[in-house]
Amino acid sequence: MGTMIGARSRVLVVDDDPSLAEMLGIVLRAEGLEPAFVADGGRAVSAFREVRPDLVLLDLMLPGADGLQICREIRQESLVPIIMLTAKADTVDVVRGLEAGADDYVVKPFKPIELVARIRAQMRRTDTDHPETLAIGEVSIDVAGHQVRRGETPILLTPLEFDLLVALARKPRQVFTREHLLEQVWGYRHAADTRLVNVHVQRLRSKVEIDPEHPEVVLTVRGVGYKAGPP
Amino acid sequence: MTTSRPSGWRTRLDGVVRELRLRARIAGRAVWLQYRRSLQLRVAVITMAVAGAVVIVISLILFEQIRTQQLGAKKDAAISQAQVGVDYARNQVVAVPSGDPRSIRLTMQRTVDELRTRGGSAGQFAIVMINRDTPTALTQPSFAGLTPALPDSLVTEVGEGTQTYQYAVMPTDGGPAVPSLVVGAPVPSQSGSYELYYVFPLDQEQRSLEDIRSTVVASGLALVVLVAGIGALVTRLVVSPVRLAAQTAEQLASGQLERRLPIRGDDDLARLAGSFNRMAASLQRQITQLEDLSRLQQRFTSDVSHELRTPLTTVRMAADILHSARVDFAPDVARSAELLQTELGRFEGLLTDLLEISRYDAGAASLVAEPNELGPLIQRVLTAADPLAHQRGATLRLRLPDDPVIAEIDPRRVERILRNLTLNAIHHGDGGGIEVTLRGNRSAAAITVRDHGPGMNSEEASRVFDRFWRADPARSRHGGGTGLGLSISREDARLHGGWLQAWGRPGEGAQFRLTLPLVQGVELEGSPLPLEPTAETSDPYDVVAGPTGARP
Repeated sequence: MGTMIGARSRVLVVDDDPSLAEMLGIVLRAEGLEPAFVADGGRAVSAFREVRPDLVLLDLMLPGADGLQICREIRQESLVPIIMLTAKADTVDVVRGLEAGADDYVVKPFKPIELVARIRAQMRRTDTDHPETLAIGEVSIDVAGHQVRRGETPILLTPLEFDLLVALARKPRQVFTREHLLEQVWGYRHAADTRLVNVHVQRLRSKVEIDPEHPEVVLTVRGVGYKAGPP
Repeated sequence: MTTSRPSGWRTRLDGVVRELRLRARIAGRAVWLQYRRSLQLRVAVITMAVAGAVVIVISLILFEQIRTQQLGAKKDAAISQAQVGVDYARNQVVAVPSGDPRSIRLTMQRTVDELRTRGGSAGQFAIVMINRDTPTALTQPSFAGLTPALPDSLVTEVGEGTQTYQYAVMPTDGGPAVPSLVVGAPVPSQSGSYELYYVFPLDQEQRSLEDIRSTVVASGLALVVLVAGIGALVTRLVVSPVRLAAQTAEQLASGQLERRLPIRGDDDLARLAGSFNRMAASLQRQITQLEDLSRLQQRFTSDVSHELRTPLTTVRMAADILHSARVDFAPDVARSAELLQTELGRFEGLLTDLLEISRYDAGAASLVAEPNELGPLIQRVLTAADPLAHQRGATLRLRLPDDPVIAEIDPRRVERILRNLTLNAIHHGDGGGIEVTLRGNRSAAAITVRDHGPGMNSEEASRVFDRFWRADPARSRHGGGTGLGLSISREDARLHGGWLQAWGRPGEGAQFRLTLPLVQGVELEGSPLPLEPTAETSDPYDVVAGPTGARP
């Protein structure tokens, strides 16, 4: 599992538009990434299994296939970061995509720099070599080992969810605004879509909380943002 | 403690009284409200009142007539019987040799005994004869206590020589006192003045009158209740379909377009139901049509969006790569790459604005409003616009009130409005100062953006929100705006239930005013700031926007 250090990171581009796919390939290669392509939504998941990419670029509006479904299927078998390409930013499609497991999204038309920044942010996940263990309630986090447990039961988190939890756990008393989390976890410099935070907090809660309706690990601070529950 | 107790009790008592009074008032208001709201109750109450009044008047007249008739018959019979008795007594007295009081008294006694045994059409009676000169009864009265009970006024009148009658409450032989008709007449003789009194008890008449009265009252009451009941029933027949119609109309209004009224029979109400249903069907048809159109439009917008954006993304990325490599190109090619880059930016902006405004046209725009503080929002917009303002030589000044102004808004849309207004002011302000003012009152917030450019006349001010409208075609195209910014801003303001208005005067610059309600769904009644700049609003501004002058 996992790519060797120094190897070129692979990016799977799921897009039916050949020109766009080719153009994405040019941009990715220029950034030292290795692109792989699949145009047919129906073959996306099998291509994913073959390629074993480090990141997926997924066009949400694929004709003949449901981008959301592909997103869900990939998420079921992998924790790999998924970035959606979407034509519409302010619709429910984005929220549905995030709920289906996507980590971030880019709105067409985007600049190459924007796309690369989003890809880099998703690939540059917390990496520490010195051991560090954090705890919120019964949930313990082994930061170097990228492992989260509730008691003895391991919890599988995506790198983004892991980072979100670590960010909260490292400063247990601090209340994080959504903007703050967008900057720290997603790497956004400027104001971005706070729905990203809302949806991912929900996803995180569905994994780490006993009762997501009454969270004890990730607490909502009304009107401000979120904070970690008591250790 | 002890001294304060009585006043404490009093206070408590006062409290209880106040409480009771309040409850009574509330209950009274509830009843009044029910009365105002329920047509059925009102009709029942009104019919009851009217029927009650009519029944009372009729029963009173009826009862009075029956009484007069009954008593009149009795009176006539009694007077004629008394007359017969009096005539008989007078004849007896005349037949007695004069001057012998003893024989006169005997004769009188006999006469009275004789009269007492006689019956008559007037029913039972008591009789007594008295001598005015000897205060005691001359003859044995029918029973003891009769003589002293005779009414004085009657006795006086008879003593003056008139035959008369009077109603009075008289004792009976061994029974309770009853209302009676007393008839008195003088019986003259040589040896003093005699008076004959007949007493006819009216207890039978009274009993029958009481019976009649209770019958009249009972039947009157029954009639009133019946009439009120009929009123309520009839109203109910009319009101329940009306209530049903009202309920159905509410459901229709709340979006249940398939609701209809049941049609029963062929009467006016059935016709009402028929018309109502036809109206509902027509409404439903039109709304469905509109919804279909809107859906179609939205679908189209969404498709266009996707279909246009995908190639645009490719072009954009290609242009970016060309642009970043332009130093290696020949000058003309390099310039072409630059032009391609900037015009693509315009094209993107235009596409975004077109899609946005088509979303408004399709009625697909929805508001997600949350309470937001306006001050920081404005500061964000001004900070972002500051570099451009700097480039154009304009200074941005902001004046915020001391208290934060919080309104239920969609921050993305309000930011867009303010960005458009600010950029508009920078483009048209000719490098002068631009003042942004925020003020709130209890129900609304207003933000004005003032520039000191060439300004515009009122005709232009009324057209600035038109799509693709440009005040000065030759000049403004440099501005780089899409020509849709202010139109979208106005739609954004409308979506909030707010106003976006423009003021301008040639040579004096322009001012745009955005007014937003603090709470969504509340109708705006006015704006906290005037549309036309006044001396007050042109006071020196204490806050200058931008990274250097931002208020802590």
